[in-house]
Amino acid sequence: MSTIFLFLILLFGFLITFQIAKASEYVGILKGEKKNFEQNNRVNGFLMIVFLVLGLVGVYWCNELFKGKILGESASNHGQQIDKMLYITIAITGVVFFITQILLFWFAFKFQFSEKRKAYYFPHDNRLELIWTVVPAIALTVLVGFGLFYWFRITGDAPKEAMVVEVTGKQFSWIFRYPGKDNIFGKKYFQYISDAKNNQLGLIWDDPASHDDIVVGQTMYLVVNRPVKLVVNSRDVIHDVGLSHFRMKMDAVPGTPTSMWFTPLFTTEEMKKKTGNPDFEYEISCDQMCGKGHFSMKGIIKVVTESEFILWRARQKSNYVQIFPEKDPMNQPKTDTSKRVVTAALTKEPADNMLAKKK
Amino acid sequence: MSNEGTLHGHAEVITTHEVHHDEHAVHHHKETFITKYVFSQDHKMICKQFLITGMIWAILGGLMSVVFRLQLGYPDTAMPWLEDIFGKWAKGGKIQPEFYYALVTMHGTVLVFFVLTGGLSGTFANFLIPLQAGARDMASPFLNMLSYWFFFMASVVIFSSLFLSTGPASGGWTVYPPLSALGDANEGSKAGMDFWIIGMALFVVSSLLGGLNYISTILNMRTKGMSMTRLPLTLWAIFFTAVLGVLSFPVLLSGLILLLFDRHAGTSFYLSDLFIASTQKALPNEGGSAILFQHLFWFLGHPEVYIIILPAMGLVSEVMAVNSRKPIFGYMAMVGSLFAIAILAFLVWAHHMFVTGLNPFLGSVFVLLTLLIAVPSAIKVFNWLTTLWRGNIRFTPAMLFAIGFVSLFISGGLTGIFLGNSTLDMHLHDTYFVIAHFHIVMGVSAFFGMFCGVYHWFPKMYGRYMNNIMAYIHFWVTFAGAYLIFWPMHYEGLAGMPRRYLDYSGWASFNQFTDLNRFISTVAMVVFAVQLMFVFNFFYSIFKGRKVTTQNPWGANTLEWTTPIHAGHGNWPGEIPEVHRWAYDYGKDGRDFIPQTEPIGAQESKH
Repeated sequence: MSTIFLFLILLFGFLITFQIAKASEYVGILKGEKKNFEQNNRVNGFLMIVFLVLGLVGVYWCNELFKGKILGESASNHGQQIDKMLYITIAITGVVFFITQILLFWFAFKFQFSEKRKAYYFPHDNRLELIWTVVPAIALTVLVGFGLFYWFRITGDAPKEAMVVEVTGKQFSWIFRYPGKDNIFGKKYFQYISDAKNNQLGLIWDDPASHDDIVVGQTMYLVVNRPVKLVVNSRDVIHDVGLSHFRMKMDAVPGTPTSMWFTPLFTTEEMKKKTGNPDFEYEISCDQMCGKGHFSMKGIIKVVTESEFILWRARQKSNYVQIFPEKDPMNQPKTDTSKRVVTAALTKEPADNMLAKKK
Repeated sequence: MSNEGTLHGHAEVITTHEVHHDEHAVHHHKETFITKYVFSQDHKMICKQFLITGMIWAILGGLMSVVFRLQLGYPDTAMPWLEDIFGKWAKGGKIQPEFYYALVTMHGTVLVFFVLTGGLSGTFANFLIPLQAGARDMASPFLNMLSYWFFFMASVVIFSSLFLSTGPASGGWTVYPPLSALGDANEGSKAGMDFWIIGMALFVVSSLLGGLNYISTILNMRTKGMSMTRLPLTLWAIFFTAVLGVLSFPVLLSGLILLLFDRHAGTSFYLSDLFIASTQKALPNEGGSAILFQHLFWFLGHPEVYIIILPAMGLVSEVMAVNSRKPIFGYMAMVGSLFAIAILAFLVWAHHMFVTGLNPFLGSVFVLLTLLIAVPSAIKVFNWLTTLWRGNIRFTPAMLFAIGFVSLFISGGLTGIFLGNSTLDMHLHDTYFVIAHFHIVMGVSAFFGMFCGVYHWFPKMYGRYMNNIMAYIHFWVTFAGAYLIFWPMHYEGLAGMPRRYLDYSGWASFNQFTDLNRFISTVAMVVFAVQLMFVFNFFYSIFKGRKVTTQNPWGANTLEWTTPIHAGHGNWPGEIPEVHRWAYDYGKDGRDFIPQTEPIGAQESKH
């Protein structure tokens, strides 16, 4: 009902506008074309300056309204550099923005038609044109310089002590893998992926390095002030690991692993205090269109202290142990021989396939 | 179709042509309804066909945005009437995710290709090239006609994809594989994607036929005295646009053909290491690169944004000079910067791919080349400003849109400097900042260029004027609305709010903009309603507008205003006029304007 009502109002408003427009056209003809033109011209010239003033007020007002809502201080070392770059860019482009917009509307208002004015024949001026080729070129050199300085620092190699976590996107959630105690990721092959067998990443159990790999979904744990390198993968379509609080982003491309590194500067708890929001979480958003659940493809990052992290990791069972609980070192019988036999028996069939294909 | 000017030294050829077209003028071949309005070979009719088809697409594309803005503004509200219209796509009055993504995909495809490429270039290239260069028609009127009908067929294919039971393509207008290659991963990648590829292939054919025609007409069929440096800037802009299209559209087509192979022939150009959750199966494909498609796509995709904006720049330059009653400032610099933009357009495509895992060194090269584009863009802006300076400005509706264009181009161009810088792109990539940037700089700006052109040349097209008051309302509401919609989106982008989400309520990081989203949606609907008023004004004025009584209502120098008010096929009843000067002698030697056809006087000052 209200829809129809709204539609009628719109239609009515339109009809009124049309009638006024039509009538004023006739009035214009009666008044004489020239007089009508001059009057319209003055109104539009005046509106130019009104638009400029309201626009500038609007820019200020909009900034007041939203400056508190754009995430606050960056939570990573790289993010802080990116923010610095952002301020440099805003400063330079801001100056250009205000100068050019003010000139545009001011000229339009100032040089509006007048019977008395003669347009000034001014086809070109090499000196002026040289100035506004060279000055923007210099400004842009500055921006490129700063930009690339930060870019190479951010995309440079991760420090050796960096913790490595593998992030894999799938429709529509994230899977995280930690290398376990040996600090080596076990090999994997996508043909072995099976959600039913709880092998979400297709780990190859023949590779002993895979046995202690921890695979978790939904929440990734990172250590505050410790550099982390994320190795990014995808299981199906292209996703993107978007970390807005860290100001980082990297595509997850099936078949082509990518990586990024940064150092988280504040724990989740610290951020809760900083933002005054008790529900604060670092969220991973998928930033590359990946299908119907794209908008809900969320992951969480918990940034914790070193000791909390060690505690958390100790509680995790490796993917291998989850599938083969009898292999849990906790449940192991003491005798070494029996262990070897069981391992061989259990891993026989996948092992053969795997070696044939992979090596 | 003869052209005297460019056939120097072929006297015999000229005479035969002359005789031929004189005959032509005397015995008018009989025009039926079909040859005049449907399969017309007259460039002026083809222009109108492109324009009206483009307008229909613009309304549809705009409506799509209204529907998804409803979702974004009111994500929690069920609107049962949506279900009445869209059925299962809006079950329970809530827009389904598949439908939302189909809407954004088709909105992008329709507006980028069918409105701002086909509609804008198709309209003004067809209309202005023969009229402003002084030719009776295009180099090949027949190919020109085919260009429209391929465009029409492309439209039919894309339009019919809207009615598929699995929906139209829904992987974003950039159709990145593997999403677009795998029907099991995405409903829209079933039949919808095939329709999309076929539609785009037809569109590429249309654009090549058109483009080759535009280039050959501009190069070969200018009238006597119309040297390249005397061409109005509109034609220079259209010329570079056509060159860009001819060189880049085939690359898109090749990329799409490989995609078609991946979809149906079991190849692995783009596919590797895939496990599909919905079927719980790993695919056999290995060794393909999903990034390869992005390179092929953006090799067109980036020039494409210049294909959209260059004609608008050309139209604005011309209209601005005419209505400032002043020559365009720095004509050669304007041509030079168009040229520079056209060259650079091919060298910056990977700036869309900074976060795909691109080699950082390669990224840095693209940063440098991308930011270089700001230099010719800055030259153009300052030249427009200087054109206004000390002019005697008439605010015709066309002029208002030209000024609006410059304002929007500045605003959107400057945010391009943010995104072209890979460091900032890491944070801003695929957020609302990008949406704001490209909607302002190529969406709304190009529309402003198009409106500017329509209002300015409407009297030439139909021999009537459009209603001024409605035009003023149209301008001011659209102009203010464009800023109200897109300016605050920059802040959403700075907050990292990702694009292509239909509901942000589940996100602690992005749900602070609920009120803003509602506000933007409201403004978007108002602006859309005003566009409908423009459409009404357009069609009403074709039949009922105030009649044009003089040949040259704007006091312009260019050749199209030397034709009769209702020019027939062939444009000039007698001989094609000869050109003696550039198109911008406004306010020279105390004279208001000096048409291009007037010989240089003995006492005339040099510029």
